[in-house]
Amino acid sequence: MCLAVPGQIIQIEGDQPEARVGRVRFGGIVKDVNLAFVPEARQGDYVLVHVGFAISRIDEAEAARVFAYLKEIDSDEIPG
Amino acid sequence: MKYLDEYRDADAARKLAKQIANISTQPWTIMEVCGGQTHAIVRFGIDQLLPPNITLVHGPGCPVCVTPVEIIDQAIEIAGRSSVIFTSFGDMLRVPGTVEDLLSVKARGGDVRMVYSPMDALAMARANPDREVVFFAVGFETTAPANAMAVAEARRQQITNFSILVSHVLVPPAMEAILSSPRCRVQGFLAAGHVCTIMGSSEYAPLVQKYHVPIVITGFEPLDILDGIRRCIEQLEDGRAEVENAYARAVFLEGNRPAQALIADVFRVVHRRWRGIGEIPQSGLALSEKYAEFDAELRFGVAGRTVEESSECLSGLVLQGLKKPQECPAFGTRCTPDRPLGATMVSAEGACAAYYRYRHFSEPNYVG
Repeated sequence: MCLAVPGQIIQIEGDQPEARVGRVRFGGIVKDVNLAFVPEARQGDYVLVHVGFAISRIDEAEAARVFAYLKEIDSDEIPG
Repeated sequence: MKYLDEYRDADAARKLAKQIANISTQPWTIMEVCGGQTHAIVRFGIDQLLPPNITLVHGPGCPVCVTPVEIIDQAIEIAGRSSVIFTSFGDMLRVPGTVEDLLSVKARGGDVRMVYSPMDALAMARANPDREVVFFAVGFETTAPANAMAVAEARRQQITNFSILVSHVLVPPAMEAILSSPRCRVQGFLAAGHVCTIMGSSEYAPLVQKYHVPIVITGFEPLDILDGIRRCIEQLEDGRAEVENAYARAVFLEGNRPAQALIADVFRVVHRRWRGIGEIPQSGLALSEKYAEFDAELRFGVAGRTVEESSECLSGLVLQGLKKPQECPAFGTRCTPDRPLGATMVSAEGACAAYYRYRHFSEPNYVG
């Protein structure tokens, strides 16, 4: 029910914050998505989309954190 | 797809699972709140990667599962009227009411349509001015802004043949109901990540203080869930209880302010009955006075009825983490996805449906 899928904004239409619509690409599919709740989102950004609305802009730096942690535990392991 | 595939990497998942085994010295029971997380855990076998001393119990975070029978009956009554186009997300259509489900209404000739977004229902109202279009507004905080926007837009565009039947529920009051039960065995929570994208983390601080449980905001992919479990166990092992954000790529601590503002305008907080659990104070949303004209309950005069639930269905105990699906005597026999007794067997995110689909009735085995 709370499923939200990440996609990339490839185009934005509409100037008013409540009427902004983005063309958002999910893999090979492109859909129109309401951007009213992410006024800070820009073309090229990734957003999480739920029932036709972007509910959050994805923070790229934070997205890398778990992979940095995985590298850290890798380097802690004694080789062999 | 970016932000999905890399969080499903099997080697990375095994590494995190190994790290969890390394840091856990005693038995711990952790509840994942959201049905989407339950589905991912069972689908990807995440519980089978964990050491035997870590138990995951499945929470009440499936709005389809907790919508009370009387609201399903209201939906069925409204959908049966010839003037109505009844619209809903797909998984509500098969939830059993007292005698039938919404698909049965459709089979009898009722105009019941599945939509992807509440805005699709609003567009249908605009295109069919001679019909009443009703949208079944179910969901948690994640879905509330979208449903609120449909109502606010109906007002702005003066679309008067649109209304919503509201069955909105809120997550933190349900977590408190579980924690305050004398039977509670949950020692830490994975909080529902997408609920937190909207509401932020502030509602969890009082729960952490009052019940001394770690609450880790967690995403939905295998690495997200394993990282949430790891952080939760680190807190438990250290004797700490804090709100921690393990889904920071999508959740900002203050949440989504424009969405919160619209929810506060369109809805008000009310007591709600949860199917299988009972009434939880201040645990739901209803339309605010300002938007009462869009309330389908009032428009169609179906408010104020209660219904007894099937006594055989254990979904209430499953939703509180007190029973596993296969402990129910009806599981897989008298209750299947084709003939469900309760909603946890209907929704793709219901724990019973997930076990039926992915576990073939067997107990999870530790393979880590």
